[in-house]
Amino acid sequence: MFYGNKKDGVQNMDDIMIKTDKVTYEYKSNIDDSVQTAVKDLSIEVKKGEFLVILGHNGSGKSTLAKMMNGLLLPTRGEVYVSGMNTKDEDKIWDIRSKAGMVFQNPDNQIVATIVEEDVAFGPENLGVPPKEIRKRVDEALSTVEMLEYKHHAPYLLSGGQKQRVAIAGILSMNPECIIFDEPTAMLDPNGRKEVMGTIKKLNKDEGKTIVLITHYMDEAVKADRILVMSDGEIALEGTPKEIFRQVEKVKELGLDVPQVTELAYELRKEGIDIRNDVLSIEELVDLLC
Amino acid sequence: MLVKINNLSYIYNPNTPFEKKALDNINLQIDEGDFIGLIGHTGSGKSTLVQHLNGIMKSTSGSIIVDGINIYDKDANLREIRQKVGLVFQYPEHQLFEETVYKDIAFGPKNLGLKDEELKQRVKSSMELVGLDYDTLKDRSPFELSGGQKRRVAIAGVIAMKPKLLILDEPTAGLDPSGRDEILDEIRKLYLKEGITIILVSHSMEDVAKLSNRILVMHEGKIIINDETREVFKKASELEEIGLGIPQITSFMREFKSKGNDVRDDILTVEEAKEEILKYLRRNKNA
Amino acid sequence: MLRDITIGQYFPGDTIIHKLDPRVKIIIIGLFIASLFFINSFYPYILILLFIGIVIKIAKLPIKFILKGLKPLYFIILITLFINIFMTKGEVLFTIGPLTVTKEGISMAVFMALRLVFLITGTSLLTLTTSPIALTDGIEKLLSPFKIIGLPAHELAMMMTIALRFIPTLLEETDKIMKAQMARGADFESGNILNRAKNLVPLLVPLFINAFRRADELATAMEARCYRGGDNRTRLNELKLKNYDIAILLSQIAFFGFIISTRYI
Repeated sequence: MFYGNKKDGVQNMDDIMIKTDKVTYEYKSNIDDSVQTAVKDLSIEVKKGEFLVILGHNGSGKSTLAKMMNGLLLPTRGEVYVSGMNTKDEDKIWDIRSKAGMVFQNPDNQIVATIVEEDVAFGPENLGVPPKEIRKRVDEALSTVEMLEYKHHAPYLLSGGQKQRVAIAGILSMNPECIIFDEPTAMLDPNGRKEVMGTIKKLNKDEGKTIVLITHYMDEAVKADRILVMSDGEIALEGTPKEIFRQVEKVKELGLDVPQVTELAYELRKEGIDIRNDVLSIEELVDLLC
Repeated sequence: MLVKINNLSYIYNPNTPFEKKALDNINLQIDEGDFIGLIGHTGSGKSTLVQHLNGIMKSTSGSIIVDGINIYDKDANLREIRQKVGLVFQYPEHQLFEETVYKDIAFGPKNLGLKDEELKQRVKSSMELVGLDYDTLKDRSPFELSGGQKRRVAIAGVIAMKPKLLILDEPTAGLDPSGRDEILDEIRKLYLKEGITIILVSHSMEDVAKLSNRILVMHEGKIIINDETREVFKKASELEEIGLGIPQITSFMREFKSKGNDVRDDILTVEEAKEEILKYLRRNKNA
Repeated sequence: MLRDITIGQYFPGDTIIHKLDPRVKIIIIGLFIASLFFINSFYPYILILLFIGIVIKIAKLPIKFILKGLKPLYFIILITLFINIFMTKGEVLFTIGPLTVTKEGISMAVFMALRLVFLITGTSLLTLTTSPIALTDGIEKLLSPFKIIGLPAHELAMMMTIALRFIPTLLEETDKIMKAQMARGADFESGNILNRAKNLVPLLVPLFINAFRRADELATAMEARCYRGGDNRTRLNELKLKNYDIAILLSQIAFFGFIISTRYI
């Protein structure tokens, strides 16, 4: 099942979904032709079944990193491995992309077909899956994202959250092991965000998919197994949500938010109140203060 | 009184099976110096309502009076109305079209007939108001700026018309937290320094709580709540019923109070919550 | 206004006409159009009208819908009438100023106008009863033999699909940008033609820029979904000719063959 070879130097390959090995990505600025570095000498590992959130402000390099994770961009220096396959290996690129699917920010600009089910079929069609099998996968994917009843609808009549779930189904139908979400909720209203986040959590918990979620909403990061905070193309912080958000000042310095209750607990501590500094939810803080 | 809306209704596709009441008998008064937060779900009629205020959409029935002018009057000058009521759409950077930042911002005032020095002054002052440096940016192409900068150019383009009422439809959509804070700060400055009356359409309860002094809640084409900000967030259950939330900090204080602790529950910001909790804890210590 | 255009619109249904293989429908409409240009007298028009009537009846299409489809073309039909009435030489009936009306002119004008009406109606019968996807699939399959001479059949079909997919999105966007510029005092409604064209710049420039941005993002998304052209691609719904498809095709070849042959009788 895995195409990796020993030269890759990946240990415990069975547990590692994605590994970046000292990757750097440079591009030419379109304003003055100077060389800009989006990602600097970055080494990370994404474990199988993990729910990893990458936080960072705009321009921190998080989207570039995401696009390197399935070979949409190739690193200037360093290597990226998906299930042990090097993204520079041209023969493996389609295996890599079907194994590590990607959902983008704008739901309108990733739906190709004029009917929902045709769009969901697009990926497996490209992979040459037989029609009967496509039918099965399309129906399964649509029912996983709870959009089966809309399969004959035109995408443009759907709400933002529904469109984004169709886009997710379009990736699921390729049977990926991992899905990379590049700010999937940035353009949605609160209801749409809830729908999409619910779907993402379900994919991780029930379907066992590895999730890499790129976002700048801290409330979406709270539920992650692990958070990486990026800044200037490098990892600025790494840890569990509790480990990250207790560093209120540092997180704010990096241009991000912390939950309001976390901030309150932090402020109270500063005033000399003896209270834990890793509070993330309303319930926790209420319990601590009562 | 800056705006008065009487019995305003707007119906999509009237007399067809697709008939839909987007606005259902709206009555509203906006006073000079108001900072209104307009909230509601997608499809609740928020955007339709604000597009009526500058005459871009025409109602099925009802009337709107802006600064003493009935905008549905035959003699009403729509350009004058659109000057008085500035409207910044969602993702306004998508409407930029000129070669330079200067020309793009000058588009609105030019349409009003401004020229030369006066025009230049307008562009310059509106760029300053949104925190863009005039000398370094005026000759740049708007398309090579960063996302946050583009949005500010677009907002400056509306401010340059010197509106009395400025409506911003989701001005922070898609921005990261620091970009969002910058834009909100500039809106606050516009309100405090320039005395512009503001309507902020937003999905974020936190943002609305921090900035506005009055909140309108729309649901299915109707205004169902129109009250002072502090009062509105006391009605948490009403808001939750239609699927809208309250800021996490307000929610926390209500939860804390419901456990039998004697604290205020009309808290809007972390700062206020801190003061209130400290007061409460000190009281308890002394008791 | 833009929403009134019914040409290219699909009217969903479950009739045998809807279910007919899109390739068969495209060929039949091709024959229909060809026969219109062979017809040189009024009588075969009765058969054409019969054909249109039967299809409308079986496919359960509302007549109103079809008439609405002609609406945007009233102007072209009027011009056709006008040119033919005054430009055809023959037996003079009367004159208005420098213009003469001939008997042949009237007959020619009606003949040409009818041809135009039938042409539009016939084509809309195809699009009204065939979903855009089936239509593009049909075109792709019909064109695929020409791949040997370098015709990019799959790419053309893909382009059509994407165009159809993005028409509503771009219409919405046009509306939004128009309103946004009107809010800044732009005027799209008054002035002479030259001024109006100039006033469109603030609408067209953002529209193009946004379309390019969309295209770029869509291309990336397609690449991420393993799109690599038409080779080795399978389809969710493969087209298969059934017996009744073939039967209908043969009967229609005979029907239109007869209409075409009337020219030579």
